[in-house]
Amino acid sequence: MYNIVKEIQKRILVLDGAMGTMLQQYNFTEEDFRGERFKDYPLPLKGNNDLLSLTQPQAIAEIHQKYFEAGADIVETNTFSGTTIAMADYQMEDLVYELNYESAKIAKQVAEEFTELNPKKPRFVAGSIGPTNRTASMSPDVNRPEFRAVTFEDLRVAYKQQVEALLDGGVDVLLVETIFDTLNAKAALFAIEEVKEDRNISIPVMVSGTITDASGRTLSGQTVEAFLTSVSHIPLLTVGFNCALGAEQLKPYLQRLSNKTEFFTSAHPNAGLPNAFGEYDQSPKEMQSYIEDYLKDGLINIIGGCCGTNPEHINAIAEVAKNYKPRTISVTA
Amino acid sequence: MSKENKYLTLSGLEPLVVTPESNFINIGERTNVTGSRKFLRLIKEEKYNEALDVARDQVEGGAQIIDVNMDEGMLDGKYAMVKFLNLIASEPDIARVPIMIDSSKWEIIEAGLQVVQGKCVVNSISLKEGEAEFIRQAKLVKRYGAAVIVMAFDEVGQADTYERRIEICERSYKILTDIVNFPPQDIIFDPNIFPVATGMDEHKLNALDFFNATKWIRENLPYANVSGGVSNVSFSFRGNTVVREAINSAFLYHAIQHGMNLGIVNPTLLEVYDEIPKDLLEHVEDVLFNKREDATERLLDFAETVKGQKKEDETKVLEWRNAPLQDRITHSLVKGIDAFIVEDVEEARQQASKPIEVIEDNLMAGMNVVGDLFGSGKMFLPQVVKSARVMKKAVAYLQPFIEAEKKAPKSPKGTLHWKTADPLNYSLLKAYAKEMRNKPTEAEALLWDVLNNKKVDGYKFRRQHIIGSYIADFVCLKTNLIIEIDGLIHQLPENKVSDQERKKWLENEGFRVIRFTNNQVLSNLDFVLNSIRENLAVPPLEVRRQGKILMATVKGDVHDIGKNIVSVVLGCNNYEIIDLGVMVPPEKIIETAKQENVDIIGLSGLITPSLDEMVYVSKAMEKEKLDIPLIIGGATTSKAHTSVKIAPNYNNTVVHINDASRAVTVVGNLLQQDNKVYKEQIREEYDKFREQFVSRGKRKEYLSIVDARKNKYQINWDETEIVKPNELGIQVIEDFDITKLESFIDWSPFFRSWDLHGKFPEILKDDIVGEQASELYKDAQDLLKRIFNETLLKAKAIFGLFPANSINDDDIEVSVSLSAVEDKDTLKFLTLRQQLKKREGVPNHALADFIAPKETGKQDYIGAFCVTTGFGTAELAKKFEENNDDYNSIMIKALADRLAEAFAEYLHKEVRTKHWGYATSENLSNEELIKEAYKGIRPAPGYPACPDHLEKKTIWDLLKVEETIGVKLTESLAMWPAASVSGYYFGNKEAKYFGLGKITKDQLEDYATRRQISIDDAEKWLSPNLAD
Repeated sequence: MYNIVKEIQKRILVLDGAMGTMLQQYNFTEEDFRGERFKDYPLPLKGNNDLLSLTQPQAIAEIHQKYFEAGADIVETNTFSGTTIAMADYQMEDLVYELNYESAKIAKQVAEEFTELNPKKPRFVAGSIGPTNRTASMSPDVNRPEFRAVTFEDLRVAYKQQVEALLDGGVDVLLVETIFDTLNAKAALFAIEEVKEDRNISIPVMVSGTITDASGRTLSGQTVEAFLTSVSHIPLLTVGFNCALGAEQLKPYLQRLSNKTEFFTSAHPNAGLPNAFGEYDQSPKEMQSYIEDYLKDGLINIIGGCCGTNPEHINAIAEVAKNYKPRTISVTA
Repeated sequence: MSKENKYLTLSGLEPLVVTPESNFINIGERTNVTGSRKFLRLIKEEKYNEALDVARDQVEGGAQIIDVNMDEGMLDGKYAMVKFLNLIASEPDIARVPIMIDSSKWEIIEAGLQVVQGKCVVNSISLKEGEAEFIRQAKLVKRYGAAVIVMAFDEVGQADTYERRIEICERSYKILTDIVNFPPQDIIFDPNIFPVATGMDEHKLNALDFFNATKWIRENLPYANVSGGVSNVSFSFRGNTVVREAINSAFLYHAIQHGMNLGIVNPTLLEVYDEIPKDLLEHVEDVLFNKREDATERLLDFAETVKGQKKEDETKVLEWRNAPLQDRITHSLVKGIDAFIVEDVEEARQQASKPIEVIEDNLMAGMNVVGDLFGSGKMFLPQVVKSARVMKKAVAYLQPFIEAEKKAPKSPKGTLHWKTADPLNYSLLKAYAKEMRNKPTEAEALLWDVLNNKKVDGYKFRRQHIIGSYIADFVCLKTNLIIEIDGLIHQLPENKVSDQERKKWLENEGFRVIRFTNNQVLSNLDFVLNSIRENLAVPPLEVRRQGKILMATVKGDVHDIGKNIVSVVLGCNNYEIIDLGVMVPPEKIIETAKQENVDIIGLSGLITPSLDEMVYVSKAMEKEKLDIPLIIGGATTSKAHTSVKIAPNYNNTVVHINDASRAVTVVGNLLQQDNKVYKEQIREEYDKFREQFVSRGKRKEYLSIVDARKNKYQINWDETEIVKPNELGIQVIEDFDITKLESFIDWSPFFRSWDLHGKFPEILKDDIVGEQASELYKDAQDLLKRIFNETLLKAKAIFGLFPANSINDDDIEVSVSLSAVEDKDTLKFLTLRQQLKKREGVPNHALADFIAPKETGKQDYIGAFCVTTGFGTAELAKKFEENNDDYNSIMIKALADRLAEAFAEYLHKEVRTKHWGYATSENLSNEELIKEAYKGIRPAPGYPACPDHLEKKTIWDLLKVEETIGVKLTESLAMWPAASVSGYYFGNKEAKYFGLGKITKDQLEDYATRRQISIDDAEKWLSPNLAD
């Protein structure tokens, strides 16, 4: 059994890049999304990327393969929206367990094939747990600031279901990511702790917040340090940031985080900031140079990409990550 | 687990780390329905907005955590807790601090934990219901990511002795750390604070046991914290505030000494420990530490006398005079009372070992309070200026003592001598210094001849003295004064650093450096010696200044009220202000900035040509490679102008500030160590603003001047009434009775000049600024009375009424036969015409439209005037300044301005009803006057209808203003004295005020031809009105 906790102490681990960006290249039609199984489904399904794990599993597997080929150590399952809360848009709450389970299995199978080819570089699967599309500590209605569209309890139940399915499907680590509201993440962590206790297991957990803009805060208003304080009550494999910013803009926050935490750190930034057309056009070379700055400063244990990144970016990152030692955790009082 | 894992770390939107250095964390207690009747009422009545204000006040008042409790029989506690916490989450100024979720019901606590994103504190859990329940709750607290208060309570009951306290706390700690794996630093024990002096024997040890238990916990239960509700201790003295406050403070003081590091304290029930009267304190501490059998009786007896004293005190207003010295000084500063400051400062001086300490300690402590209150919006501008007045008065009193102290120098021999050298380079430097000492230049030898042997006022100087890595030519170590003679190499060749850098280093080390040239020493030794004496006399204000700021009203401008206010406010916040005054040429600004090594330059101006002057200064600063932030302020300045015209010229930060209170924040941000982000933000903000501004400007459409003239305002000259003035020609009013102006004063702008916004007289009753406004108004009235009674200001006026007709659409030809103009028959006023494309039917105005065109054949008339109430202002202001009274110095200028406006209003009325006489039957109230409800207008050059300042020259020519009443024009055509108003009179009933807006190039060229000046000149004068 290969162990990510051991592996992370040896070297900088590379996480994969964007799933959505890769799926766009397939130009799947409504019919492709539906596949045979959902051809008579009453709602439009195009855009439900998580569903492709059931209807186009070979495409999902292919993307995982490409990232592993590019040098990734960890791929994320195609389950960013795999909760009853996020799936409510498609009225597919009932499919949540299956989506997570199948997605985990697809990724795990590809990972095992690669590990077999090169056992010195074991590959891992991270169960992607997205933020859902609702926030527990903010009101969507400006006239009713006390209103909440989702409760902690709703989130806890939904996350628990997702976590159980991902674990059943065989993921090696859970990744609570793109956290824009810390309270949502706390519900996910609560659920994870419950599952750990119920099953009497330990499973590494990665937490990755999102600094939304130059204010240096999460969408729900917390500073880097406040965010860290709010999620540090359970043992984490890593804490880090992803999305919203490019590698360059993310660096000062990563620096602050790295200074303050004894957990390992992770980052998967976007390929720069979106241009005027909302596209990410930072080249792999450019991104590589920004990432190299992280590595030089010893900020990072796990590094990957978010929106706009593809296997070329990950390849560029993996190339440069090889040359540096992982961040060491030093306790400076 | 964070790196601070050994310290309790909490979070709201921001983190709170409880380190040993944090001393004591103050938990706000007013959002607690069990403790605050007001808060309970607000929650019961569902007045959540007001309830939020309670929370906000606490955070602003310094609470670092807020305790929220909704435990009340009549309330749905869970509903109220969730709703209130959800509301707090949408208020970033409250949500920035961590929340303490306080309830005796677990379900309320859990509901609270589910709605807060930050790391909270649960208040509280205990072994009361047994171990199983304790463990269950603790596990959940941990899983929700909160810290916890553990009450010293178990199955048997509440711990009320030392032994029971430590027994329960130890047991709880073991369960939490061993079984639940609870992080020990997240545990906060509450070992129960019980009332003292209850008269019951079993309560005698209540305080002492708490202290000892606290100490035990902190020593034996690693990383655990201790908290408690302090006010409870003095419960038996309800009604006797003096004693209650003393008990609370003494208890808190000792509890902190014993290791309590958090607590719920009502700040209004707290005396400063050091200020508890000694006899009272003794009685209190006897009780707290159970020092004697009869401690309680003695305190009760004593309490009766204290209670009595307070009631007897009749002059409640002066009660504060009985407070301890520092309190009185702070009180005087905060309240701006100068009546007692000299007496108090004298008392402080006698207690201090050096007079300078009174400034550094007593006065600065008070000013820090002022700074904090102002910064948090609890004090208003006029109050701060008054505080500064008190401060200055105190410093002025101390000055002679500080100097006397210096004149009797104690021998510094062998003490400071070796302390100044850099040990690493010492031997090298020593050899070098020795060499230099042995072969002084002629100038050095000459100066040493007069400086050695304490010849100058008894001050000892050393020559070629090593300081750090530098060698000073001469230094007086007693006063930290360094004298440098230029033309020598002052440091080791391999250590060559620029003069500037060295000066900076030395200044940082507390030295002042003055320099002379070889020539000065050789040819003008008297001057050099005088200058040295002067500098020796300057007190070495060792008060750490936060930064040096140069302030100046730019060349050609004389207005300085706003600049002075900003200077005073910044001064109060411990910045050193170098105020260059008014009409300061750019060279002087730059030279001073370099010489004094200032950190920020502030430019101010009121008239529109000053905008251009600021642009010029910014370019000059760039050319001279200055690299310090530039702040722009003053009535006509704007963010738009600053971002479009000034910021692009200069590489360092350029910020526009529109009021004094913002100045403190901006300057603070600019001077903080790590200001890169802030500076970048400003730059970005201004770049963005500029882009938006420029692109917005482009969308506007303008008519050609030819078309605009076609669309002029049409008066039907055949039907309109033209009244021939009763008294044509010029009249002068000297020695005007200024008291007549009182009822003509428009007070609203007066309040605006003090950053108090609102309409007069409603402003006096305003919820927020009303009290301050009333006080300011009263002070203004007092000074006004003095002005009237002692005729401190002189009012003069000149005005004239002349035949006139408009010609060539936009010019007004004035017949000067009745004026003092001798060499020609007519003068021309040039007016400017609106060019912005208007809706159908809306004309493009020019002032000339209100005068009958020559071709109509009708004779029309125009007037011109200048009034002033400014003579005497500058002298008075100076006098006030000499008395260290900035408040009245600013006040007199602000009042003079108001009086000048009032005079203009008064004179206009006289002209309308008598001298011109077109409105003989006019009968308007003052309010109507201020609203300008009358017929005819009196536009002033430099203002929106006629922004062209050059018109003032024509008025001056026409009336011979300067020759007759002495009001001058500066090069930028500002009037001097500043409290003056000039303008024209238009009598037609259709005449009205308008804003010119932007004009285009064709009118500019046309204007230049009419004015007979170059296009460049015209552009310079009209630039604020030129369309891009």
